[in-house]
Parts: sequence; structure tokens; C-alpha cells
Amino acid sequence: MCRIALKTASEAFSPYEALQGMEAMQEGYDGSGLGLLLRGLEFEDFKYNSKFPILSGIAHTEEAWHRLNLFMEKRGFELRYDHEFETRPEMIEAKDRYRYFLRAYKMPVSLAEKTKDEIETELMLTRLALRKDGENHGNDLTAFSFWPDVACIKEIGWPLEIGDALNLSDNRIKSRVCMAQGRQNTNYGINLYACHPFFIQGIATMTNGENTAFVPIRDWLLGKHFPGYTGYQSDSETFTHILHYTLKQLKLPLQAYKHIITPLRGEELANHPQGEFLTGLRDSCRRLIIDGPNAVIGTLPDETCLLVMDQKKLRPATVGGRPGSWAFASEMCGVDAMVPDRDPTLDFQPMREHTIIVPPERKELTIWSQHDPYPLGQAA
Amino acid sequence: MVSTRSVSVGPGSLSYTDLPWIIQHREDRCTLCGHCTAVCPKEAIYLAYRRQRMPKLDVLKKKRGNEYRTFVGIRQKKNMANACIGCSMCSMVCPNEAIQPVPNTNEHRTLFFNNQKGEPMKRGGRRNSVGPTLLDQIMFNRISMLTDPALDAGRHEFNITTTLGRTLDPVEFLKRTREGGWIPPTREIFPFVIGSMSFGALSPNMWLGLLQGVAYCNEVLGIPVVMCTGEGGCPPWILKSPYLKYIVLQIASGYFGWDEIIRAIPDMQCDPAAIEIKYGQGAKPGDGGLLMWFKVSKLIARLRGVPEGVDLPSPPVHQTLYSIEESVMKMIQTLSTAFDHKVPVYPKISASTSAKSVLNNLVRNPYAGGLLIDGIDGGTGAAYNVSMDATGHPIASNVRECYLDLVKQGKQNEIPIFAAGGIGKNGNVTQNGLALIMLGASGVHIGKYVMQAAAGCLGNEKNRCNVCNVGICPKGITSQNPKLYRRLDPDLVAERVGDVFMSIRTEMKKIMAPLGRSQSLPVGMSDALGIADKDAADRLNIKYVC
Repeated sequence: MCRIALKTASEAFSPYEALQGMEAMQEGYDGSGLGLLLRGLEFEDFKYNSKFPILSGIAHTEEAWHRLNLFMEKRGFELRYDHEFETRPEMIEAKDRYRYFLRAYKMPVSLAEKTKDEIETELMLTRLALRKDGENHGNDLTAFSFWPDVACIKEIGWPLEIGDALNLSDNRIKSRVCMAQGRQNTNYGINLYACHPFFIQGIATMTNGENTAFVPIRDWLLGKHFPGYTGYQSDSETFTHILHYTLKQLKLPLQAYKHIITPLRGEELANHPQGEFLTGLRDSCRRLIIDGPNAVIGTLPDETCLLVMDQKKLRPATVGGRPGSWAFASEMCGVDAMVPDRDPTLDFQPMREHTIIVPPERKELTIWSQHDPYPLGQAA
Repeated sequence: MVSTRSVSVGPGSLSYTDLPWIIQHREDRCTLCGHCTAVCPKEAIYLAYRRQRMPKLDVLKKKRGNEYRTFVGIRQKKNMANACIGCSMCSMVCPNEAIQPVPNTNEHRTLFFNNQKGEPMKRGGRRNSVGPTLLDQIMFNRISMLTDPALDAGRHEFNITTTLGRTLDPVEFLKRTREGGWIPPTREIFPFVIGSMSFGALSPNMWLGLLQGVAYCNEVLGIPVVMCTGEGGCPPWILKSPYLKYIVLQIASGYFGWDEIIRAIPDMQCDPAAIEIKYGQGAKPGDGGLLMWFKVSKLIARLRGVPEGVDLPSPPVHQTLYSIEESVMKMIQTLSTAFDHKVPVYPKISASTSAKSVLNNLVRNPYAGGLLIDGIDGGTGAAYNVSMDATGHPIASNVRECYLDLVKQGKQNEIPIFAAGGIGKNGNVTQNGLALIMLGASGVHIGKYVMQAAAGCLGNEKNRCNVCNVGICPKGITSQNPKLYRRLDPDLVAERVGDVFMSIRTEMKKIMAPLGRSQSLPVGMSDALGIADKDAADRLNIKYVC
């Protein structure tokens, strides 16, 4: 089972802190991969404009690197910042790593007139096109994310070693939100695209445990024929896409996510003030019911962080912190490592009906229960 | 050698070894009580007096002579009309274990004579093919082992119901919710449905027992089982009772019983579970119901609105049709309207290479609440033997094809596919049902299995009994003759219905728990399936394992 950790703080911090949290939980992963996702970025050597989309990924060959440059140019994206990692390649298991990239672009002028939706579609299609291009050339190019204020780093190996190999402790990159996952390979081959966190149009999630209902959920998402619903090298990618579907396609409030992936039981719905609506929602989204056991940790473009469990709650996760700094982790020791100066008696372990939210202000935790009234007005 | 004329042997003459079942009778045990001959539904055995010559030689008187002994015994008739069907009622009633039918292992010649008076063989039951079915061979092999241990089937909480009725795409659901539009009705039901067996095919006691059992499952055991009426209507006392919510009312090409149903609508206390429109049946595709005059009793005649004692062959198709697509659309819409659009309406068809086109019509019909596909191994109360044995399509690949077609369109959650035909044929009812569910069915219908398990139906695929069509069911399950159906105690049937569904529920958990599934029925979870038959694995798009 993978180990997952998230830290969110008002003051930007080094991703190395999340890796230390990961190190505390090291019994739980097998070195099959590390994934990091950073939001609210600050660079030591560049004053970053958070509107600039950042492209993260790996060019495995020089040729792929050139193709990438050409492609982005042709698409009209203008390079503004190119973060050069001070890598120590000898510490990385894989040898086909020509270059890790994390580059900020200025949007093409042609997009200035476009609507928000159209711009978001263009960003996603650009990432998918790069991914496709890599796949067409023997997987020599891997693109993780392309989105304003989001950076993604994934590599195969032990988390802290990767952090050292990429020199993440040098404080050249900092962020206000950092998601980290140490992967325990469950079902599928070791693959860079199988490392969490998964990302689509500003929405990211990571998961521990196994998604036993993976195939029916994947089949349903593929049937939506939405270009971003692809990949599925890991069963956990479906959680990200369900959250995306809930927020972006159905345009439902965040509360709906939990009602979709783990609907209340029939008798509970019968006693719920919005039971009729929620029953209908459960029926129409029935193929998206997850069957765990999982803890899902997610972040949204406005830096909101969330944590939910599956219905069986066989994968506990803990949240703790203090105003201004909060941590979610699959193990308590992970929270301890990331926010040591907190009151641990206030730590909270969500139950099956809870959604834990840390809003962008980071003043306090919000705990939503599925039994609470559902904000129907927002649904309309 | 004598000339053949002096011996009564004709082309159709049969000997014991020509019959499918041979009666073994032990004269040393027989008390001549007569129970066996009285109970035999085929009048296949009779009490016979025989005389035996005892040669007698008086040596002293040098005289030869004879003495005669008279004895009594049970004998078997050898004509086709009275050939033993192997039901074993005789051995069940025998107080002294003196009699039993044994299957004839020789090739029996009755196969060549079962077309007396030019009428091909008709029977009840299902396809006479023995051995493990394809469904029996499917294994559930995606066991949660490494990081996520299997669940505890005994203590964990499981959600194992399914949706009957059309479900909207989430986007459309939200749009209609906002605009106050019509949300199609759905029911949350147990995925094993008691399939359509008509009031007419089944005896009143069988029907009552099933309904009692279903009510008990729902109201006491918390298993939301529903049952389908089959063609032939529904007794008026049920139509106006609160039990109607457990009943799927079927309308078929004879429209039998629908006068009563339509007239009862204003007095209904609740809506029925659903309406099933039968276009076809797996056991006899392209054929209608075949209720023969023997079974059209006064009660049946009243329910169906016909005179007593007449044959009731339903036409093969709905006679009002101009084209099937149009009719399916219109009938579904009409019936949905009749129940104020509050009851799911779905068609039942025979499994067929053309099932996909029916399904695609339904996808575009906003009133269609699902599709039931009935495979070649489905049972029936009456059909021509050739229809049952040789006509139709196996259910597994048909359901799989239809499901994958829906998946391609992203519609698999909108139109539930239900599967029927041979589920539990060899007793593995839960395994067969869940295999179909993981291939893509939202649920399954079981008919013959319920008759066998809940009422002790004696029929099997070696053509044992299978006389449902002529109203002489020795157990009283499919007879309208009070002398026969009083043999069946409805309370005991109800008890068995409870047993059957409790056991299916437990077995479902036992299958789902190792797969790590508990929160929703694993519809389409084909990654959990494997079969040791490469061709079948390829065809079903599941794993080949060996």
C-alpha cells in the first residue's frame, strides 16, 4: 500500500519537508516510485507570475527535448522560465533521463480572446499531445502536467533518494502546497505515468490502497469520450477523473464528490433532508462508486485541500496542524514529521462519511459529513 | 419359430429396454398397498394378476400334470402415452422401498416414436443438455492478496442491490432536477429475480408459496426480491394488495390477464415493481405461450378472460405490430403512460445475434427501463422439444456483447441488462449469476432453479419428468388440478424461498469479499473473471487461466 502525504502552509516551503514526512512512513512503500505535486510556487531565481502555465515532465533523450521545444513554439507558448535541476544522475535508478523539465510559459496571444473553458481545454490538449508524441517515439517524452502554478515531479525509486538526486532541499523551489506519494506497486507495471499524484485541468489527487472497482469505473469514464480521461496506468487515476467529472463536467459543489464515490446507504438516504436528490445522484453516478480500501487526498486550483476515505475505511488517514500549516498523511507519523509544532490531541481521523477540507485561507479544518444537508442551491 | 402374425408386434411395439425409464419392482417387498399406482402421473404402472404354470410330475402314478399359481405384481406399461417419466413419485410414496424407476442406459427407442399422431414432442423443462455449462466453468480469480486483504464476508457490510429501470446520464439528471423534469422511475432490487412463470403455468399453491416467500424476503429478511408474473395476469387480490410492489407484471403477445390489470389500476394500493413486455423467450424463441386446455381451469379462465378448457396458444408476435421497432417503442411508451410514468417498463427478448440492435433501439427510447435477454438454456412450461433443444443463443456471449456495446457508447449505467437462461442449471446459482453480472448484466432472472430448489420440481436435463405442459405435475407445481396442487404446501414453498435467497445472499458475499468488493454490485468487473477455455476467454474478453 502506498504512503501519501500532503502539506499546505501559508508560507511557501521546500518539497523536501514532505519527503521527510514520507521518510517517516517508509515501511509502506517499495521504492517503485515517488510523485510530487506542488502548488503556489515560488522560485529562488525567478519572479513567477502565477498565470503562466508550467510544463512538468521528463525528456528521456536529446531528440525528445528538441521536439518538445519545437512543439511548444509551434503551439505559440513562449518560454519564460526554465528551471534547471541540479541533478545527481548516479542516484537515479533509471538511466534514460536526459532532462527533467519544469518550465513556465507565457500563453499564446491567440488564447487571449478565448473563454476560460477553451483555455483550459487547450492546456490539457497540449499536455496530451506531448504525451502522445512521447508514446509515438518509444516513450522518450513524459509530460505530467501543464497548468498555471502547478509543478509535478515523478521518478522511480526511493522518495528521499530522489529528493537528494534532484537536490530538492536547496530551497530553489518552494510551494504552499505539496503532495507526495511513495508508491507501493499493487497491480500494474512500474511506470512513470502510474505515479501519483494524478493531474487533470487543475485537479490533482493521490491515493493509497487499491481500487477494486477499477475496471467498471475506467470503462465508464472512457465512455464519456472526454480527451483527458485516458491513461489509467494506475487504478487510482480514476479518483482524479471522478473529482474532475464532479466539479468540471457536472459543476457540482465539492460536497458531491463524497456522495458520488461513496453514496449513503438506502436507509440513510431515506432519512437525509435531500435524500431524493442524492438517491438520484447515486443512481446516475452508480458506476463511479469506489470500492476501496482507499484514502484519497486532493487539491484544487484555489489551493483547497481535501481528504476522503472509502466506505470501508480500511485505510485510515490523519489530518493535523495549526492555523497556517496543515498536514494530511496516511500515517500519524507522517503528520508529526511535517507539522511537528501542533497540538496532536486535535488531530482528526475522518470517518466514512467525512470530507476534510482545508480552505485556501488555512485558518481551520472544515469537516463535512454526508449526513449534513447537501447544498442543493449550488446544484441548481 | 412362429410366424410374426401370431405375436402382437407392430412397428411401434416397445419393450422395457426401449423405454427411457424402467421400473424396478421387488415383489418380495411389495405389500400391494396400491399407493404407487395411484400416484403415478402417467399411469405408467398397474397392478397385474399373473398366472404361472407349475409342471407337476407324479412319479408313482406315472402321471404328468400341471398346477397353476396366481400372483400379483406391479407392471410397467410399454406404450408411448404411458411411458414412465422417471419422476420417482412411486418410490416416494412406497412404504416398503419396493419400487423405483431407473434410467435406461441403453439407447432408448422412444426417441423415434415421440411424434404420435403426427404431433412432435412437446414438453416442459429446458434444453436437454447435460454437463457443466460455460457459466459453471468461470472462476473468480482476482483475489485481493498483496496490499489489501480480502474482506470478511461474515461481518463486513455489503451493498448488493441493483437498479431496475432507466437511469439518466448524470448531466441529464442534473438538468432535469433543475428544471423539474421527469426522472425515470427505478427500483432498488435484489439482483436475483424470480423470472416470469405465469399464473396458469404454475398452480395456485405454487404461486401463493412464491409470493409468500418473496414477501417474507422483503419484509423480514431485508432481501428486496421481486418476482415476475409471466403472461397470464395476476390474481385480483394481489393486484389490489400492498404486495403488488414485489411483482413485475408481464404483458405478452396473448395479452392474457390485462383486462383485469387495467381495471384494477384505480384500486391499486401501490405500483408494481415493473412491467415486462415479452417479445421472446430463450427456451422457445419466436414462439408464444402454449397453455393447453388441460390447464385452463375455471380460475385460469376467469383471470385470462377466456372460456374454460380451451387451448391458449399465444401468437409468436404481438399482433398489433407493423414493425418491431415501432411497436417496441409504442408499447413501452403506452405501458409507461398507463402507470403514470412511475413504473419501469422493459422488454424481454430471446438471446439472439440481433439482440444488439434491439438494445440500441432501447438506448434511444427514453421510456425503456432495461432489457432482459433470455438464453437458450431458459426453461418453459410448454414448448416443442425441437425449439427447446435446438433454437436460441447461449446467454453469456450475448450479454457480454451487448454490455460492451453499451460501454463503447458510455451508456452502461443507463440501460440495465438483465440475463436469464440456465442460471443455476447445475445448482451453482450464485456463481452463475455473479459470473453474468461481472460480464455486464445488472441482474439475473431465475425460474427453473426456483422451481427445483423451492418446490422440489423433479425435472432435469435427462428429460426426467418434464410434463409441466400437460398439467400432471406430480408435485403439484405446474398443475391446475386441485387433487395434484393440494400436494404442494404453500407455506413450505415460502420457507424454501426464504432459504434460497438467504443462501444466495451469503454466497454473493463469499464471492465478493475475496475480490475486495462490498460497496456496489460488481457489474462489468470482468477483470475478476477467468476461464480455462481459450476460445471462450477470447470471445468473452476475459482472462484465460489454466
